[in-house]
Amino acid sequence: MSSLIALSAAQAVAAVRSGELDAAELFEAYRARAGADELNAYVWVAERAPATAGGPLAGVPLAVKDLFCTEGVPSQSGSRILEGYRPPYDATVVARLAAAGAPLLGKTNQDEFAMGSSTENSGFGPVRNPWDRTRVPGGSSGGSAAAVAARSAPWALGTDTGGSIRQPAALCGIVGLKPTYGAVSRYGMIAFASSLDQAGPLTRDVTDAALLFGQMVGPRDPCDSTSLEYPGAIERPTREDLAGLRLGVPAELTGEGIEPGVLEAFEATLELARTLGASVEPCALPHARHALAAYYLIAPAEASSNLARFDGVRYGYRASGAEDLLTMYTRTRHDGFGAEVKRRIMLGTYALSSGYYDAYYGRAQRVRTKIAEDFATAFERFDLIVTPTAPSVAFPLGSKTADPVAMYLNDFCTVPMSLAGIPAISIPCALATAPEGGPPLPVGFQLAGPPFSENLLLGAAFALERALGFDGSRAAEGGP
Amino acid sequence: MSAVELEPVIGLEIHVQLATATKMFCGCALSFGEPPNTRTCAVCLGLPGALPVVNERAIHYGLMIGMALGSQLAPRSIFHRKNYFYPDLPKGYQISQYDEPLCVGGELAGVRIHRVHLEEDAAKLIHLGASGRIHGSELSVVDFNRGGTPLVEIVTEPDLHSPAQAREWLELLRATLRALGVSDVNMDEGSLRADANVSLRPAGSDTLGTKTELKNMNSFRYLERGVAAEIERQRAIIDGGGEVEQETFHFDPSSGALTALRSKEDAQDYRYFPEPDLVPIATTEAMLAAARAAMPELPSARAQRLARECGLSAERAHQLAFHVELGDLFERALAADPAHPRRLADWITGELVARLGEREPVQTRLEPAALAALVALVADGTITTAAGREVLDALLAEGGDPAAIVAERGLQALADEDGLAEIVARAIAADPDAAEQVRSGNAKAIGALIGPIMRETRGRADGGELTRLIHAALGIAEER
Amino acid sequence: MIEREEVRHVARLARLALSDAEVDRMAIELAGVLEHIATIEQLDLEGVPPTSHVVSVENALRPDVPRPSLPRERALESGPQVLDDGFAVPSPQA
Ligand SMILES: [Mg+2]
Ligand SMILES: [Zn+2]
Repeated sequence: MSSLIALSAAQAVAAVRSGELDAAELFEAYRARAGADELNAYVWVAERAPATAGGPLAGVPLAVKDLFCTEGVPSQSGSRILEGYRPPYDATVVARLAAAGAPLLGKTNQDEFAMGSSTENSGFGPVRNPWDRTRVPGGSSGGSAAAVAARSAPWALGTDTGGSIRQPAALCGIVGLKPTYGAVSRYGMIAFASSLDQAGPLTRDVTDAALLFGQMVGPRDPCDSTSLEYPGAIERPTREDLAGLRLGVPAELTGEGIEPGVLEAFEATLELARTLGASVEPCALPHARHALAAYYLIAPAEASSNLARFDGVRYGYRASGAEDLLTMYTRTRHDGFGAEVKRRIMLGTYALSSGYYDAYYGRAQRVRTKIAEDFATAFERFDLIVTPTAPSVAFPLGSKTADPVAMYLNDFCTVPMSLAGIPAISIPCALATAPEGGPPLPVGFQLAGPPFSENLLLGAAFALERALGFDGSRAAEGGP
Repeated sequence: MSAVELEPVIGLEIHVQLATATKMFCGCALSFGEPPNTRTCAVCLGLPGALPVVNERAIHYGLMIGMALGSQLAPRSIFHRKNYFYPDLPKGYQISQYDEPLCVGGELAGVRIHRVHLEEDAAKLIHLGASGRIHGSELSVVDFNRGGTPLVEIVTEPDLHSPAQAREWLELLRATLRALGVSDVNMDEGSLRADANVSLRPAGSDTLGTKTELKNMNSFRYLERGVAAEIERQRAIIDGGGEVEQETFHFDPSSGALTALRSKEDAQDYRYFPEPDLVPIATTEAMLAAARAAMPELPSARAQRLARECGLSAERAHQLAFHVELGDLFERALAADPAHPRRLADWITGELVARLGEREPVQTRLEPAALAALVALVADGTITTAAGREVLDALLAEGGDPAAIVAERGLQALADEDGLAEIVARAIAADPDAAEQVRSGNAKAIGALIGPIMRETRGRADGGELTRLIHAALGIAEER
Repeated sequence: MIEREEVRHVARLARLALSDAEVDRMAIELAGVLEHIATIEQLDLEGVPPTSHVVSVENALRPDVPRPSLPRERALESGPQVLDDGFAVPSPQA
C-alpha cells in the first residue's frame, strides 16, 4: 500500500496545503485503487481529476453513494430501473463538497433505493466486506463503507434512513455519522423515505468525519424545504477525555438480540468511557422496542410514494412491447425493481390504503411521537445515549436474504434515532467473533445526542477513538 | 310522471390557475403556448432527487381568494400527497391539500363555500390517435409545460338549484377572481375549469340523492347545458323507477352526450398522507395584512357603487360589475367623459356586447375614451344612433377617434338645409301606395318610406326628424 | 393474515405486475412483517399527536421569481420513447 493511501483525509488535506503532496497525484492513486476494486464497492469511477480543486478540502477525492445525483454521471440508486441514468443536475451536498475542494472519485454501490442492511439488494451485485470477503459490508451504504475501509477512497458520502450509514460503518470498522435531520440538504438525493433520509460522512477516523461534515452543513438550502441552517460551525475535535459527560445506556437497546461478542465489546467500551471520566447509567427509552415496527411502516409508506415516479415515462427502464398503459406500468415496475424494493412498495401501499391508514401509518406516526419524547426526556438527564451500533458483526453473504424480518432486525439499535431525527455516530470499538466462528470482525459503538449536538458527539467520539486505538488498516491488506 | 316534484341539487368544484410568474413548486415560468417541454426542470419533471418548494405568491393569492369568499383562513395548513398513476402526473402523486386546507367555509351570493385549497396542475397529454400508431398501439405524448402550474380548488356546498343559477353563480365567481387579479380566469384556455356534482331530491326534502360528477365543462354555456342534460338523465331514471348510480361523466358539447369516465370497479384509493418534503404553512399576521392590503373592490360592492354613483339601474350595474372587463371599460370611459353614464352603460351592455362575441373589449382596438366620445356625439345629436353603430364597428376593427371617423365618412346627422326635404319628397313619389297608407292612418307603413331614405343617407338622417318631415309633406298634423 | 386477493389489489394500486407465484410469496412475506409490526397495536396512543416531521420549520417559501428551465434536449434526453418533442406513452384512452 502506497504511503499516499495510508494518509487519513485530514492528513492528506494538510499535506496538499503545505505543498508536500500534489492533489492530482493523490487523486490518481485513489482512482487507480478504485478502478482495481474487487469488492464491487464502486459502480462508476472517474476517468480523471477535475481541473480545479483547492478549497478547504484541498482536492482530496470523495466517493459518493450512487443515490446522490451527479450531473452527467450515472446516478442509479443501486437500481436496474435507473440503469445508466445521468441526471442533469448535482445534488446540493455534492455541489457544496465539490466547491469545497472534494472532487468526485466515484459512485459507490448500495442496496437498491437504500433498502437493505447488507448491500445484497443492489441491482449491480453485492458488495463484499474487506475484513472478510465472504461477508456483507452492511448496508445500505455498503459500497461507501467498504471503499473507505479498503482504502480505495479517502472518505465517502452515504445516507442513513434507519441506520444505513452507521451499521455499515460498524460492520466495516470505520466511522459513520448520521446528522440531525435537516442539517444536510436532501436536494438531489434519490429519496427512500423523505422524513428520515439524511446524508452523512463515512470516514477512517473521527477527525475526517468532522472535516467532511463541516463542509456539508451551513446555510439552509432554499431547494429543500426541510433543511435547516446549522447553528455554528463544526469544530475539529480535540477532546482528550469524557470528564463530566453523562452517558445513558438504554436497557431496551442493549440486551436481548445482541450477539455476545458485540455486547462484550460494548461493555468494555463503557468501562473505558468511565476511565475517561464519563458517568455511565442506565436510561429508559420505553418505546424504543416499538421503533422497528413504526419504522417498517413509515419508511415503506413514504417509499411507496417516492418510487411511484419510476414509471417508464420520462427516464429509466421501460418494459418493451407493452401495448397498453397499465401493462407498460406494471411490467416496467415488475422488471425494473428488485425483490426487496417490491416488498416494501407493497407494504407501504398496504399501510396507506383505505381502511388501514389509521391502524398502520397513522399509528406508526404516533409511536414516532412517543419515541421522540422518550429521547427528549432522556436528554434531560443524560448528555449522550450509547448503544452497540448493530446487534451483530458482519454476517455471511446470503445468510439473511431469505428472511426479511431477520434482516430488518439489523436496524434495531439505529432506527430509534432516525425516527427522532437526532444525530448519532458509530465508531469502531473492538474486534469480535461471530457466534458461529470466523475471523475477528469490527464492532461499532453508537453515541447519540440531542438535535444539533454533532460537535459534542464528534468530541466524545474523538476522545474514545484515541483511547481505543482501533487499527482499521488490516482491512486494506488484502488489496483493493 | 313523478308523483313528487324533483328538485336539482348542484355543487361546483372549480379549479383556478393562478397568475403567478412561476409554478407552484419550482422556478419554471408559467407556459402560454410555448413549444412542448421547454418550461420544465428537475422538480416539475419529477426527476429523481428533486424537491418541491412552495411559491410564496400562490399562498398570497390563496389567502386573497379566501378573504373574498369570506372563508376562515387556517392558522396552519399542510400539503398532502394524492397518489395515483397517470402519464401527466410526473411524480405519481399530486401535491394537494387534504384535511388541513388553506381556507375553510365561506359564502358568495348565498352559496356556501366548503373549502379553498392549493395544489399543482397536471401536465398536458396529447393523444396522437391513428397517426401515432406504432406496432398497432396508439400513443399519447406528454408535454410538461403546464405541469405544476399553481391551482386553487374551490369547492361549494350543494346550494345551487338550476343550471342557469349554476352558470350565473360561476360568472359571479369569475368576476370576483378577475377583480382580485389572481387568475386569467379564461375558460377556453383552461385557467378556469368547473366540475359539477348533480343530484335530484323530492322538492322540499333536505336529504341528498345519489350524486354524479360532471367533469371538465370548459365554458359557461357548456356548464349550463351539461348540468341540464344530467338533470334530465337522472329525472328519466327516477321517473322510470330506477336508481341513479354514482358515476363520473364527461360532457361532450358537440353531441350534448354524457360519457361515463370511470367504472366503479376501478375505484380510486388515493392513499393521501402528509407530504414529507414540505413543511406546514402557518399563516402569519404579515401574510394576512399583505392579502388584506391587496384586496380590490369586489363585484357586488362595485355594482352597488355604480348604481349609487352613476344612477344606473340595478340590472345595468350588475351587468357591468359582474363582467369585470365591461365594468372596467365603463369606468375608464366615464373617466374620459363623465357626462352620460346611463347612455354609456346602455351602449356597452347593448351594442358593444352584441358585437364582442367571445372577445373581451381589450382584445379589440376600441379605446375607452373613444367610446365615451362616440356616446357624446350621439347624445348631442351630432350623429344618429345608426351612424353611431357604424362608428362603433370602425372603432372595434381599426380604433381611432370617433369625430375623425364621422368627418372622414361624412356621417354627421342631416338637417333640413342638407336637402332632406327633397329626399323625403322623392321617397313619397317613389312609393305612392305607402304614402297613401300613412295618410289614411296606418302608422306602421311609414317604415316603407323611411327605409329607402336611410339607405340613401347611410343612416345619417335622424329617425324622429324624418317622421316629422314625412308627416308635414303628407299634411298630417303632428301629435303633441 | 393477508389474502391473495388483497395482495393483488395492493399490487394493482402500486402498478406492480406479480405472477401467481410472486403473489403467494408476497402474501407470506407481508404476513411475516405485519406480524412483527403488530406489537404497536398493544400501545395506548390515545391523545398522542402524529409526527410527520421532526423539524419544526414552517413557511419555507420561495419568492415568485422565475429561474431558467432546462433546455428541451436535456429535459427529453433520458426519455425511453420521445416523439414530437414529448414523452410518448401508450395512450390511456386506448
Ligand atoms: Mg383538485
Ligand atoms: Zn419546473
